[in-house]
Amino acid sequence: MQSSIEVSRQPAVRYLLRIGDTCLIQAQRLGEWCGHGPVLEEDIAMTNMALDLVGQARAVLTRAGALEAELGGTAHDEDQLAFLRDERDFLNLTIAELPRGDFAVTVLRNFALSTLLKLLWQRLLDSSDAELAAIAGKALKEARYHQQHAGDWVLRLGGGTEESQRRLRAAVDLLWPYLPEAFESDEVDDEAFASGLGPRCADLADAWHAEVAPVLDEAGVAPPAPRAFRSTGKKGVHSEHLGYILAEMQHLQRSHPGGVW
Amino acid sequence: MSAVRASEEAAVAEALASDGAAVIAALAAEDAHVPMSVGNLDTRIDRAWDVLTCVLDPEVPVVSVRDLGIVRDVRLDAERDGGLEVVLTPTYSGCPATEVIEASVCAALNDAGLGPVRVRMQRSPAWTTDWISADGRRKLREYGIAPPGPADPDAGIAMRFVPHRAATRLRCPRCDSLETERISAFGSTACKALHRCRACGEPFEHFKPI
Repeated sequence: MQSSIEVSRQPAVRYLLRIGDTCLIQAQRLGEWCGHGPVLEEDIAMTNMALDLVGQARAVLTRAGALEAELGGTAHDEDQLAFLRDERDFLNLTIAELPRGDFAVTVLRNFALSTLLKLLWQRLLDSSDAELAAIAGKALKEARYHQQHAGDWVLRLGGGTEESQRRLRAAVDLLWPYLPEAFESDEVDDEAFASGLGPRCADLADAWHAEVAPVLDEAGVAPPAPRAFRSTGKKGVHSEHLGYILAEMQHLQRSHPGGVW
Repeated sequence: MSAVRASEEAAVAEALASDGAAVIAALAAEDAHVPMSVGNLDTRIDRAWDVLTCVLDPEVPVVSVRDLGIVRDVRLDAERDGGLEVVLTPTYSGCPATEVIEASVCAALNDAGLGPVRVRMQRSPAWTTDWISADGRRKLREYGIAPPGPADPDAGIAMRFVPHRAATRLRCPRCDSLETERISAFGSTACKALHRCRACGEPFEHFKPI
């Protein structure tokens, strides 16, 4: 059994892990649709998007692992970071780890997250970290395509049948309480902003709402009233669902360290 | 790795048919086993570019890595070991062909006697389909893939969402009709979407402009 690595607690590393982990866990959830899509085209679409997200996660985790060493810690590679971290060291937004749900949940989460990631990559084009800026240049084009596809589907479900409309409404009620976490800045953001590494997540809120609200409106669904509940995935405190994802994702490397095929 | 082998063999066969001189020269160099001296730097780089004309994309095995515009530079690392450094850029973040392409590039240059060879991946500036050569676009069309139009310079600024995509006006690579429609935003690989021609009834792939 391969033991867990100890990850740097430096804010810059945590900032990158939040991005990379959100991409990675969202990719795992999308990948679950492989062979289960409601139509073949969407099966292919979800796995294609998962592939882009895995690529983005690999690049960001690689940079995070190198940065650990630059900041005086131990370097880790992308595989160590993906497969040998414990649940509390994963810093993805909780919304990414929620079960894949039905097609409406998946489509709406894609729309929410791809819009967020697109806005984030746009800002990261100007990152003081040249490698992160380069990753953003590539990822932006991909996130834009994901957002287009997901947004079209939100309208399609909203304007479809009573059943698709009902499911879309249920998806908004389920997912929206997990969104405030994405837009509340903390010391990790503040430090990233101060060093020029990237934006504070609160700085993305207005642009995100400006892009998402009209689509929900046109789809005929209203977000639920704000609640006091706050998810805390980006601080490493997760829902009960992440552990199951990690158990499946990490099992092979934990049981057969360094195994390749 | 048999797919890689097959594409390399296809590349050599095509090269002998179209641009045989470069490959023959490269093969002759390998036979001679003469180390490259600093005096013929340009020749070695030129020959490397010629060899790269024959390294095909594993997923669209009619266009070369040069046609796709993913070879950004070929240079000599004189300070280290005099090896060739080939600078590649990935098409998509998660493109599974990236590692196969790296291996094919190294193998082709080593086989041509131009080694030692190193590949360096460079993300910035991000690859765009605008870098696909005119020849590459012709080859895509002949292979049945509608080549990409110009990438949108305003990408990421304004976006319009619609519940159903209208007809695309993309030209069918088989019958040239503009009566086509998109049937899937994603295709067999990350770089393609699936369309259908309403005139000839055939499905075809579109290399997405990014």
